[in-house]
Amino acid sequence: MSDSAHPAVHPAPTTFIRKWVFSTDHKIIGIQYYFLALIAVFTGLALSVLMRLRLAWPAESWPWLEKIFPVGFEGGVMSPEFYLAMLTMHGTIMVFFVLTTAPQGGFGNYFLPIQIGAHDMAFPVLNMLSFWVTFLSMGVMFAAFFVAGGAPISGWTAYAPLSALGEVAGPGLGSGQDLWIISIALFCVASLLGALNFITTVLNMRTKGMSLMKMPLTVWTWFTTAILALLSFPVLLAAGILLLLDRLGGTSFFIPAGLVVSDTVIENSGGSPILWQHLFWFFGHPEVYIAILPGMGVASQLLSTFARKPIFGYHAMVVAIFAIGMLGFFVWGHHMFVSGLSPFSALVFSILTLAIGVPSAIKTFNWLGTLWGGKIRFTTAMLFAIGFVSLFVSGGITGLFLGQTSVDVQLHDTYFPVAHFHMIMGVAAIFGIFGATYYWFPKMFGRMLHEGLGKLHFWLTFIGVNAIFIPMHLMGIMGQLRRYAESTEFKFMEPLQPYQEFVTIAAFVTAAAQLLFLVNFVWGMFKGRKATENPWEATTLEWITASPPPHDNFGGRELVVNHGAYEYGVPGAPRDYVMQTDPPLESSK
Amino acid sequence: MPVAVAPPEVKPETEREDRVPGPGRPGGGSGSDTGSGRWGDGGGRRLRPDSYQLGMWLALASISMMFVGFSSAYILGQGTNSQWRAMAAPPFVWINTVILLGSSLSLELARRASAATELKRWMTVTCLLGAAFLFGQFWIWRMLADQGIYLSGNPHSSFFYLLTGVHGVHLLGGVAGLAYLTARAWSSAARIPTRASLNVTALYWHFMDGLWIYLLVLLFYWR
Amino acid sequence: MALALAILIWAIVLASVALFTGEFGWFPPQISEHGEAMDAQFNLTLIVVAIGFILAQVALGYYVWRYRDRSGARAVYTHGNAKVEVATVLITAVTFVTLAIIGQRVWIGLHLEDMPEDAVQVEVTAQQFAWNFRYPGPDGKFGKTATRLINDQLNPVGVDSRDPASSDDVVTLNRMAVPVNRDIRLTLRSKDVTHSFFVPALRFKQDTTPGLAVPGHFKALKTGEYEIACAELCGLQHYKMKGFLMVMSDQEFEAWLKERAEF
Repeated sequence: MSDSAHPAVHPAPTTFIRKWVFSTDHKIIGIQYYFLALIAVFTGLALSVLMRLRLAWPAESWPWLEKIFPVGFEGGVMSPEFYLAMLTMHGTIMVFFVLTTAPQGGFGNYFLPIQIGAHDMAFPVLNMLSFWVTFLSMGVMFAAFFVAGGAPISGWTAYAPLSALGEVAGPGLGSGQDLWIISIALFCVASLLGALNFITTVLNMRTKGMSLMKMPLTVWTWFTTAILALLSFPVLLAAGILLLLDRLGGTSFFIPAGLVVSDTVIENSGGSPILWQHLFWFFGHPEVYIAILPGMGVASQLLSTFARKPIFGYHAMVVAIFAIGMLGFFVWGHHMFVSGLSPFSALVFSILTLAIGVPSAIKTFNWLGTLWGGKIRFTTAMLFAIGFVSLFVSGGITGLFLGQTSVDVQLHDTYFPVAHFHMIMGVAAIFGIFGATYYWFPKMFGRMLHEGLGKLHFWLTFIGVNAIFIPMHLMGIMGQLRRYAESTEFKFMEPLQPYQEFVTIAAFVTAAAQLLFLVNFVWGMFKGRKATENPWEATTLEWITASPPPHDNFGGRELVVNHGAYEYGVPGAPRDYVMQTDPPLESSK
Repeated sequence: MPVAVAPPEVKPETEREDRVPGPGRPGGGSGSDTGSGRWGDGGGRRLRPDSYQLGMWLALASISMMFVGFSSAYILGQGTNSQWRAMAAPPFVWINTVILLGSSLSLELARRASAATELKRWMTVTCLLGAAFLFGQFWIWRMLADQGIYLSGNPHSSFFYLLTGVHGVHLLGGVAGLAYLTARAWSSAARIPTRASLNVTALYWHFMDGLWIYLLVLLFYWR
Repeated sequence: MALALAILIWAIVLASVALFTGEFGWFPPQISEHGEAMDAQFNLTLIVVAIGFILAQVALGYYVWRYRDRSGARAVYTHGNAKVEVATVLITAVTFVTLAIIGQRVWIGLHLEDMPEDAVQVEVTAQQFAWNFRYPGPDGKFGKTATRLINDQLNPVGVDSRDPASSDDVVTLNRMAVPVNRDIRLTLRSKDVTHSFFVPALRFKQDTTPGLAVPGHFKALKTGEYEIACAELCGLQHYKMKGFLMVMSDQEFEAWLKERAEF
């Protein structure tokens, strides 16, 4: 790279510590983020399996579980506080340490610089720092399991004043909640460092010829996600600081006057619980897009690659990505229709919310357009991308119910929204991560994953998640409330018990299927077939370099980009694909 | 807090003219046209903003969002909180403000210095003024505490401690960055601080200066 | 592979349609004046959603099968079609925004319309993990309350007995009676953390946010006993926070209230 606009290339590290632990190489950092997310996702999964166990058979005794969790399973039955602690930690771990880190910190870190022809991020040291702060944050979060009183029971949304009052309001709300807040604050700082790095890299580090409109859609989504993170995480950080001060500094930002908790008069005065909800959801809604946007980018990349067709409506896709991202800042109120928000502002939030359906519909339409007339190769990665589109439709379209003020009243805090957001920001986003893993694993580790095992993993997972979450919509309609440790207390929820059991069994099968992935992953790392430079015959820049790429990504080559990101099936081209760095075609102009 | 640390290694002297972004016309189609000569091009054209400058602007945007969060909490609290008792501005705040503005001025002088001795002198002055401000801030808190005005006292005093405290933490980072550059300016062995690192530190410092004025207006004049 | 995936996607569509149209359970029967319009809006949305869902999924399955890699076939080289793109935007934008606007009628009726003067007033005070209901009594005025008077056993909402307006106030625990076919005006409060007052049969849900007195209203059209649940995570026994709404005739309601007042 002789380009003088790039900062000097840092030399390849030689010691183990600098190479694998405190590395400034974006590829190593990406892998570190990925493994962090892997640990987090299996932890989160285990927690959800435990929760499902209690929901399906609330009175059943599991003596062997008491041996593992002597506190939570006294007498073999899971206590409600243990259930709520699982619930809080499942949500928090999945949202922050999986859905935020894997697509952005993991794949974004690894492939964003390569896909724009840079040899590293703009600020490598900052990049390293952002990973290690995330790591610290996860350590603090996991520590909450082991303090007196256990993990907090206030849910991943930590609504004040439940989260602000301390142990008087319930178990786990003492030091567990403190650690939760500190962890989230650290996570905010790490995300900010990452976000400003991503944005600067995209704006400043593109190689010659890589105009904005030639960037792969994955880069566009990582870029937009970084902007969302840059502007939304500081607000969560602010909220976290206020909450921590309320708990430890005696202030009353979120605690109103005149509270009496179990006959204990609370001395605080004059705060506003609604304020927490505003600040939290101002972050929380963009966070949904932080989780799902990279998945959309991956789906676009994969659909185009394996349908052997240019992406349908590239410009419209870019506009839609940006529109979704920016509209995402103006709809947080739809989480608060029944919270005592002004009814007028609810009207505005409702209409803006449904407006987000428009760019989402464009994306779906263009993915279908990309498949139309294609020549589809059914690799495991492609199966997950198609699954992503299907889940994106199923999960996204139910937002039309929840975005409407009047329909939301009945459905709010039932299993309906639970099914909705699990389908879209949980499962669809995870399908994006799986698709990306099967697609990029050869580049990251130099070996191929087992396709047969991968396909089995896909079929079981795809059937499984639909079996879990589609019935859950109906349970919500029937009135099943969320965050209930059991639904036996209420008559109107009684008919739901068979559904709970069905969903639990589907969840067990789906969870077990994830072990196939783990086996495939470990097998692939050590025993997989050696990967070639471009096993998928794809066009973007990561496929012109070795698998895995050398320290400076391109082995000192200076890249010149001549083509758009998705030039497949170009008439007159020598191959069925034209790589971005191929010389200009005579027939195309 | 986010990015107050010293700017890392800075590029050589020769490429510092490239601060002004070119006319940012969006790039062409997804076909195979060769974009060239505009900001969207990506190539070796020197039209892109300096990375550190850009990174700093982004960091400032992020810091601003945090204070937007605090401000909305403040405005909501002031409008709805029955326990709100407005406190008067401690007089020393104004002296402190002058100190902070002075530090911005001396940093500008350092940035425009043509000789190394001048640079050293003004950098040192800026550092000392920054430290003086922080010390003054600490002193103001002590004074308030002596008067019985605490963090948990009432919503307005909570906000006073919170906002000045978070600002102070950011400023502490700025002082650390300035101290690092000043040390480099004094040491004979190391290179003198480059213009780029000075520029980016100055940007941060002036922003914190402006933020301070904004906070004073919010705390004592916003009704 | 292509056919299997197509069939699976179509099977998911069929199963979903069967699940939502068959006898697998639906909303609890509704008994309120606004509930019918709310359910109608849900059904209207369901139709729109079903059309979008079925079209997209069936097309996805079909394309997956139709455009599988077959020897000899060549992919179509196209970058898209601006006209189709614009048409999609227009159709979806008009549909979604219209839907949003239609849906607001019920909301406006619930929140932005004046209540008649003779509405029955009830104050709901939620606490961990019970519901307190207070009726103003014959004078139609709630007496003052004070935090320091609160005692979970003796005076759960802290009614100040020195206030003359409080002498005829009636406070009940977990049981709320209302007369049928009358407007009910609620004031929702909380003693400790955020709860949510949810009566599935009424199609009514409103958070009780501490520090706020949130207004709400409904009219029940059918007598009977209905469950009240807490819909916002409020702590350990959130799932046990149960109350009953008893909708009765005017006479029964008066008698019930009188009985409590004497108690």
